[in-house]
Amino acid sequence: MDQKHSVLEMDYIRKQERIALKNCGLIDPERIEEYIRYDGYQALAKAILQLGPEGVIEEVEASGLRGRGGAGFPTGRKWRSGYLAKGNEKFIICNADEGDPGAFMDRSILEGDPHSVIEAMTIAAFAIGATKGFIYVRAEYPIAVKRLQIAIDQAHEMGFLGSDIFGSGFGFDIELRLGAGAFVCGEAKALIASIEGKRGMPTPKPPRTNDKGLWSKPTILNNVETFANIPPIIRNGAGWYAAIGSEKSKGTKVFALGGKINRTGLVEIPIGTPLREVIFDIGGGIPGGKKFKAVQTGGPSGGCIPTEHLDVKIDYESLQDIGSMMGSGGMIVMDEDNCMVDIARFFLEFSVEESCGKCTPCREGTKKMLGILEKITSGEGVMSDLDDLERLGQIIKDTSLCGLGKTAPNPVLSTLKYFRDEYEAHVKDKTCPAGVCKALLQYTITDKCIGCGICKTVCPVSCITGNKKEKHVIDPSACIRCGACQEACPVDAIIKR
Amino acid sequence: MTGGLAVKSFEELMALKERIGREEATDEIKIMVGMATCGISAGAKPVMKALMAFVEEQGLKQVKVKQTGCIGICRLEPMFEIFEPGGERTTYVDMTPEKAVEVLEAHLLHHHVIEKYTIGAYD
Amino acid sequence: MLEKILTEENFSALDELLERYKGVPGPLMPLLQGAQDIFGAIPEEVQSYIAEKANIPLAEIYGVVTFYSQFRMVPRGDHVISVCLGTACYVKGSQNIMDKISQAMGIGIGETSSDGKFTLVGTRCIGACGLAPIVTVNDDVYGKVKESEILKILEKYK
Repeated sequence: MDQKHSVLEMDYIRKQERIALKNCGLIDPERIEEYIRYDGYQALAKAILQLGPEGVIEEVEASGLRGRGGAGFPTGRKWRSGYLAKGNEKFIICNADEGDPGAFMDRSILEGDPHSVIEAMTIAAFAIGATKGFIYVRAEYPIAVKRLQIAIDQAHEMGFLGSDIFGSGFGFDIELRLGAGAFVCGEAKALIASIEGKRGMPTPKPPRTNDKGLWSKPTILNNVETFANIPPIIRNGAGWYAAIGSEKSKGTKVFALGGKINRTGLVEIPIGTPLREVIFDIGGGIPGGKKFKAVQTGGPSGGCIPTEHLDVKIDYESLQDIGSMMGSGGMIVMDEDNCMVDIARFFLEFSVEESCGKCTPCREGTKKMLGILEKITSGEGVMSDLDDLERLGQIIKDTSLCGLGKTAPNPVLSTLKYFRDEYEAHVKDKTCPAGVCKALLQYTITDKCIGCGICKTVCPVSCITGNKKEKHVIDPSACIRCGACQEACPVDAIIKR
Repeated sequence: MTGGLAVKSFEELMALKERIGREEATDEIKIMVGMATCGISAGAKPVMKALMAFVEEQGLKQVKVKQTGCIGICRLEPMFEIFEPGGERTTYVDMTPEKAVEVLEAHLLHHHVIEKYTIGAYD
Repeated sequence: MLEKILTEENFSALDELLERYKGVPGPLMPLLQGAQDIFGAIPEEVQSYIAEKANIPLAEIYGVVTFYSQFRMVPRGDHVISVCLGTACYVKGSQNIMDKISQAMGIGIGETSSDGKFTLVGTRCIGACGLAPIVTVNDDVYGKVKESEILKILEKYK
């Protein structure tokens, strides 16, 4: 049998449908010529010279494209409201403040195919009548920033940005703005405040940004991946795109597959693909013969999906129905060694740190929830804590001002729903079944011990005793559970449980 | 800078696309090195340097070494792909500068694919 | 420490920056980012200088500086060790790596060692999740770091 030599022959790539990522890994992102060679800027030409603003909006509407930043708002409808909004000045913003810790599809597009975003923003600007655009990009992505700036300069030179684009009299310009590390700036109104030079805090809706956005002017804001889908849609037609995906959600979605999975990386799949196919057929399953426990989608706003729901077809609605969400595309796989209570605590800690502090439910509520979770993971939880978590979570969801607060309880609520037994083990039995929560762990020395004494020498608190060539013993009351003994043991005689 | 270079019609754009295609020599061999954050973090820069140095030393004029973005297989970075005029595409993964030189010697000078370094051997 | 950064040279670089953003709408974020590049931090002296020159209330500037996690008022150590605490790294054990460094160096997250050599920070995802867990020291990236190797890696920077 011939061995496979090319990436195209591998299941990992063969089972994908690459639209947003089509140029990533194929072209030199710092050369506009290569983008043009792979059909770049034809969509912009078609939009301006053939379709006109109404025609572009109709095409995007008919494609069924929905926002890839997480919420899934129909892109065409958003553009139409921007088109209809009255104002002498309008703005286009690209949200490249990829904040979900564990998602990097936007970075990959910006680094691998920056012109696709620039072309799409220019098409959007033409459609709604905007003259100025901003890309708000994470400062943690220096390579993306550099390549975007190069791409913007090149697009200017070739006349795809600037005044009188394609001789139509339409002019558009794009400026880069860097984020400064605030997750809440993924929220449209907070992001806009940040560009304006203020603290990135959301404000109540309405008014929507479509009517009153940047400097109170009509503003259309889309995420990187959403934009990356636009040039192929305009070039190939809405019908082509609408034929891909599920009934309610057209096209593809890029996911960043990570955690306890064999083939970590980026995958772009038609919406409606079963979760199981992504994790096992494309992702190659769980390494080390371990058992799958859950997959987390939607980052700090999403939830953990257990084995029983692995056959769910991925789309906005179905993931929401099972307590998670599509989110921006983080997909982190967890195995039997991950503690679900600890994961819930991890995400909540993130939300507490990133809460902007403006509304009380999010600022105080998430902090209270975190306190309860910390109590549980340190072995001091009581059963009523679980009810309190559920009640608090529901209130925060219902009453927070913006998306951050409204979704922050999801990681806790979904794990409480599907992994209640793990919570109960922490509370009732004071054990952590996965062996993660340090306060609940006990290190013990088994009969495998050869009495070499290495553990005794490395123990920083001298809590191990025993004579040479005899089995040693750990004093659990003095042990600080650092794990140094386990790491040092030459015969793997020390276990934690 | 605008004006002289600016593309003003669909026809001009298509003509430009064709011209760019023609500028590529028919016997051109392209080596695309994954140079996104993950690739660079894994050590793609020294690999790319080694490739360029080899091509230069050997005077392989038809070989172009270029950077590209991320194809999404972060775990096997650094990686590069060799695209040949006949349409063959070979993906070498988990590279080091030393392995990269070994690959080019075999692949470009002796038309021999080093199986154990290709993606097929890893996945 | 402050005298070292509040130099005439740095202030004249800041003047150039202020000049560049004159008339640009919403200049505060890029101004502060630029100032931090110049000074290495944005201490109060720099904030009030910007306030006066750009005609933005000091309270507003202080509010923005303290809101965003990237801005700092105190300069960092010579080497910045950052442990990624994004989800992919976390599930692969980056917290243990963080604890180990913290214990060995005697500094907590966000702190600088007393000799001014090392600052330890926890970062959010740097977007290289395929290499999790990740530790960066200055611009050097270490992927798939093992808990047992980390102190050896840091040894190089001492």
